Amino acid sequence: MKVQIDSKLCQGHGRCYDLAPDLFGEDDEGYATLTPLTADGNVPDGREGDTRLAAANCPESAVLVFEEAVNDRR
Amino acid sequence: MSSQTVVVVGSSVGGVRTAQALRREGHVGRIVLVGEESTEPYDKPPLSKQYLAGEWALDRLALLTPEAIAAADLELRLGVAAVRLDVAASQVVLADGAVLDYDHVVIATGAVARPSPWQAGSGVHVIRTLADVDGLRADLAAGGPVVVVGGGVIGAEAAATIRTLGHEVTVVDPLATPLARLVGPEVGRPLEELHRRRGVDTRFGVGVEGIDGSAGNLTVRLTDGAVLTAATVLVGIGAVPNDAWLADSGLLIDNGVVCDRYCRAVDSDHVWAVGDVARWQDPRYPAEVRVEHWTNAVEQGAAVAHNIVHAEDLQPYSPLEYVWSDQYDWKLQIVGHASRGGRFEVVGDLSADPAKAAVLYADDDGLLTGVVAVNWPKPLVTGRRALNAGATDFEEFVAQIRALFAKVSAPAAP
Repeated sequence: MKVQIDSKLCQGHGRCYDLAPDLFGEDDEGYATLTPLTADGNVPDGREGDTRLAAANCPESAVLVFEEAVNDRR
Repeated sequence: MSSQTVVVVGSSVGGVRTAQALRREGHVGRIVLVGEESTEPYDKPPLSKQYLAGEWALDRLALLTPEAIAAADLELRLGVAAVRLDVAASQVVLADGAVLDYDHVVIATGAVARPSPWQAGSGVHVIRTLADVDGLRADLAAGGPVVVVGGGVIGAEAAATIRTLGHEVTVVDPLATPLARLVGPEVGRPLEELHRRRGVDTRFGVGVEGIDGSAGNLTVRLTDGAVLTAATVLVGIGAVPNDAWLADSGLLIDNGVVCDRYCRAVDSDHVWAVGDVARWQDPRYPAEVRVEHWTNAVEQGAAVAHNIVHAEDLQPYSPLEYVWSDQYDWKLQIVGHASRGGRFEVVGDLSADPAKAAVLYADDDGLLTGVVAVNWPKPLVTGRRALNAGATDFEEFVAQIRALFAKVSAPAAP
């Protein structure tokens, strides 16, 4: 699974980093960021549920979840 | 519970997110999602903003992608309303005559716009659903002045959107300031000033006596004797729970489905309610409460999903209220209780253009009770964490937010 934050959509509701604080962080103004765990866009194994939870709670649909690892075609 | 079926009635955000949460919690049986509208499940907050403005097409409002439907293995029954709940037989009856057997049913039928008490020939709208907004847009396209009755979230947001589209707009509300049920005049007055700066005529503290005429040629008579002319009128005076279909269910229905602290109907261990239609016993309050906020629907859905899947670990539901509103360039966020108690501190400037500020609220014991933030998410999320932790000293919190403000408002280094 892959994840991105669409920073143009993010309005700083803070739902993602409250619900999954190791997967999502916040900048100085309170807008969402990825964290060292997710910075490469990959969701750690076993954390798919938390990622979906964060996405489901985002009022702006700014947590973009890609269910299939689309680049994983080795 | 491998063979169990959960039927979720209602395909707006509460129902959809409950269905997904059930799978996340480990439910392995069928999940059937019933929706009255034939449109794919869509999100409602943009209806009074980006969709009304014509900036976003319907596909931007989708609550579920095909991948998400597949990932949660949901069975969608769209375009058919549930018309009856038979609690004794554990069945939901649909308008097309189909009968769905359930082990658990989640009632998430939301609310409907409170109808206009003022009747006119045509041209008087409410907005709640996609079809409502499409109808309003069709009338707006003919041009002409617009009167918005109601300065709550829906009325104020729609007024901002319609004004931005170029219409003459007048907002009328018997309360003293906009969003008066959520925030006091310390926020409401600067918000009213924002509307006035953008060219909206505001009539707060004034009610409506009657509306006459028809689309393109309406008159709105006010309680102060004024008469407004309008091509289109939007009435945004709240919502009422969509519970009429449960009248003969035998469930206790009283301003929503009356539930226990686990959001389970007081009459049945297999009936649950989520979102605007649910009135539940929040352990913090003496009487049942009903909350119409987006985040409440999502969080309550997660709570109900947990309680259905983990019957051995029932958790009471006691959320921290959070709501937001977007008007012009104001991104307003509210957490906790901002309109109760008298004491507050403003950090920043709500009258600046653009505004960037937070208003912090305390109770009589000197503890933080709520935060309102405008164009500045940081104090809001900081306040939400403090409120979740509980017993936050107000003076210390004010000092913390003032320090944050000094940091972000300092001039950038050359």
